Amino acid sequence: MRRLATLALLGWASLAPALGVGLPSEMLRDPAQEERARAIGRELRCLVCQNQSIEDSEAELARDLRRIVRERIAAGEDDRAVVDYVHDRYGDFVLLRPPFSAATALLWGMPLLALGGGGLALLLLRRRQRAEQGAWPEPAPLTPEERARLAALEDDAAR
Amino acid sequence: MPLTSRRMLMLAPLGIAVAGGAGFYAMLRGLGTGSYDPRGVPSVLVGRAAPPFALPPLEATGLPGFTDAELRDLPAPILVNFWASWCVPCIIEHPQLMRLAREGVAVWGVNYKDKPADAAQFLTRHGNPFQRLGADQPGRVAIDWGVYGVPETYLLDRKGIVRWRWPGPVTPEVLEQDIRPLLRRHA
Repeated sequence: MRRLATLALLGWASLAPALGVGLPSEMLRDPAQEERARAIGRELRCLVCQNQSIEDSEAELARDLRRIVRERIAAGEDDRAVVDYVHDRYGDFVLLRPPFSAATALLWGMPLLALGGGGLALLLLRRRQRAEQGAWPEPAPLTPEERARLAALEDDAAR
Repeated sequence: MPLTSRRMLMLAPLGIAVAGGAGFYAMLRGLGTGSYDPRGVPSVLVGRAAPPFALPPLEATGLPGFTDAELRDLPAPILVNFWASWCVPCIIEHPQLMRLAREGVAVWGVNYKDKPADAAQFLTRHGNPFQRLGADQPGRVAIDWGVYGVPETYLLDRKGIVRWRWPGPVTPEVLEQDIRPLLRRHA
């Protein structure tokens, strides 16, 4: 029984992110408008928990911001105006995809930096391998005894 | 040696790596000195006037509420403090606010998402540093200011321009190292 309850809880927990934490009471009646509100909310960062969007967060402030997004949409504002309203108050920090600027250059440049670093490491490794291959000494020529032995072995193998 | 395109191609990644390294170094230095906080939400209000609002008074305290218009043209710089009785760091910073109030600094409070009776009881118990106290039960004025948690403290100059914002409790260090110099500069 207890295990069943745990399973049910786990199932619910895995479902929850897909559903969002929005209560039915705070959802918009029009499904198209509600979908727009969710899309906007997923782009806005919860300032309390910081690694969640306001759609996913249970924080009180996130709930207030969700409500504001829905009020503005219901009032007929377009997506851009709704995002600007929140951006005006909390700055770039509230955007989960911040614009490129001097402060975010390192953030956006990170993939390039990692790729370049990896490429450079690979290049150096290959260079070293090639240098090591070149460093093998040429094998000494066979002595007459060795040549005779090789011929005997080959004869054996042929027979 | 002329810079051929081949050499340029080899130097470009190096240049990017150097720039990246400098960026990371600046971040680490900032983390060390406390000037850079990756979790801190920088206030967009600094350098601007407070947004329009009108806060009703908190009945039980008998203190008047206030509007944004009343923050302009003041005789001295002023502190606006967002707080709540349910907020633990607010208790930590309270002695500092009391000290400033005793020294004659104007501290205006915004009571955030609180029960009026609880807020009044908090002030009777710990003392009242506020000349004015507005109640923001829905928390909308706080959002207009860009508040993301209580306590938060703003310093406004005499013209009503926000000059400084501190998220978190005003500790004795913050009082001495930040607030006092700012009060002097904007006096």
